[in-house]
Amino acid sequence: MIAIIDYGAGNIKSLQFALTSIGLDAKLTTEASVIRNSDGIILPGVGAFRDAMEALRNLNLTELLQQEAAAGKPLMGICLGMQLLFDKSYEDGEWRGLGLLQGTVDRISGEVKVPHMGWNTLTHHQESSLLNGVPDESYVYFVHSYAVRSYPQHQLVSSTTYGGLIPAIVQKDNLIGMQFHPEKSGRIGLQLLKNVGEMIA
Amino acid sequence: MLAKRIIPCMDVDKGRVVKGHKFQNIQDVADPVELAKRYNQSGADELVFYDITASNENRPLFLEVVEKVAAEIAIPFTVGGGIRSIEDIYQTLRSGADKVSINSLAVKNPDLIREAALKFGSQCIVLSIDAKQMDSGKWHTFIKGGREDTGIDAVAWAKEGERLGAGEIVVNAIDTDGDKNGYNLELTKAITSNVNIPVVASGGAGSKSHILEVLTKADADAALAASVFHYNDINIPELKTFLDQNGISVRR
Repeated sequence: MIAIIDYGAGNIKSLQFALTSIGLDAKLTTEASVIRNSDGIILPGVGAFRDAMEALRNLNLTELLQQEAAAGKPLMGICLGMQLLFDKSYEDGEWRGLGLLQGTVDRISGEVKVPHMGWNTLTHHQESSLLNGVPDESYVYFVHSYAVRSYPQHQLVSSTTYGGLIPAIVQKDNLIGMQFHPEKSGRIGLQLLKNVGEMIA
Repeated sequence: MLAKRIIPCMDVDKGRVVKGHKFQNIQDVADPVELAKRYNQSGADELVFYDITASNENRPLFLEVVEKVAAEIAIPFTVGGGIRSIEDIYQTLRSGADKVSINSLAVKNPDLIREAALKFGSQCIVLSIDAKQMDSGKWHTFIKGGREDTGIDAVAWAKEGERLGAGEIVVNAIDTDGDKNGYNLELTKAITSNVNIPVVASGGAGSKSHILEVLTKADADAALAASVFHYNDINIPELKTFLDQNGISVRR
């Protein structure tokens, strides 16, 4: 069972729908016991960085997520959820993240419209089982105003280009981040979720 | 490269997709869940749902339909019509919508855009503007399904919407809606050149060339249409091939 951390107001039901449609069992939850008993955890993205961290703290989930990650359980962050895995964000201030991945989060720069909203292509940087059946230049759906910066290159699995290079998929052992929404990225997105499911199973 | 988006729009009345002409003569078209599945398969980049009657009685039914559609598709999904409050937005997002589209209410209560953007994020707040050209040549913003002239300049309203925190603007030309003679390029261009958020053109698509035109000449980020897609007058995979051949980045 995959635990989807249900800590805010966004559309996480569609994530559950997507996982169900590819035969994965997923529960929306904030309960420590359910999270501990899960085979994998997905941290979706909801609202602003500061509010999200505050919500996780109020639910007593930050340490639990850090423990589960350290114990080797697959943990995937989607969109803001990916950003939360990193050290720090400069979204309207300076906020500490979960610190599971090295790097910071800053506003998208360059002569482009922000938010970065729509379908953009993936450029793969290394081989990964996450990319099975996902050709280079596949389109996935992004909606975000902030992106990860100053991260170790070897964690970059795939990127996109929008006002510069934006990390799209990052991975360090059992930790995965996807800046786009796989649950909203059509057939390719479902394939990516299947690949994550393989990792969890 | 960011792709231009093709967006079928379903006008929903009492749980059925319907079509109208200049917002009138409503005809039944299809079951929204079946139609949404078809679009999800055929390469539509996003779906929009408008509850066109949006009376109090059918709201629970409508959210039920929203949830059923959300369960069947893996592409972004915008829901509009009858959004009255922050609570309505919350319920709509919880039912499986990715974005909500606000029209009449935003005109009456612009602060709702600000409040909603702060609470849920700009990316899920879409400002929908119905505009009509007046004898003066100015574009006025209309509300209540195109029935009421607010006297507000549509371009100024789009800029204000961006300032308040809307993440995207849908601009619908009432004059060309349902005519299939092409989008209103002048109106669309006036909006795209005055805001720095994505703009979705709506109203008037009749052919693949009309869509190419609004994406290139008017710089729209996305093209929305209803009946030409519902009746397969424009086939989405063929449209994408056509746009690709004309140098437009599209998801295929």
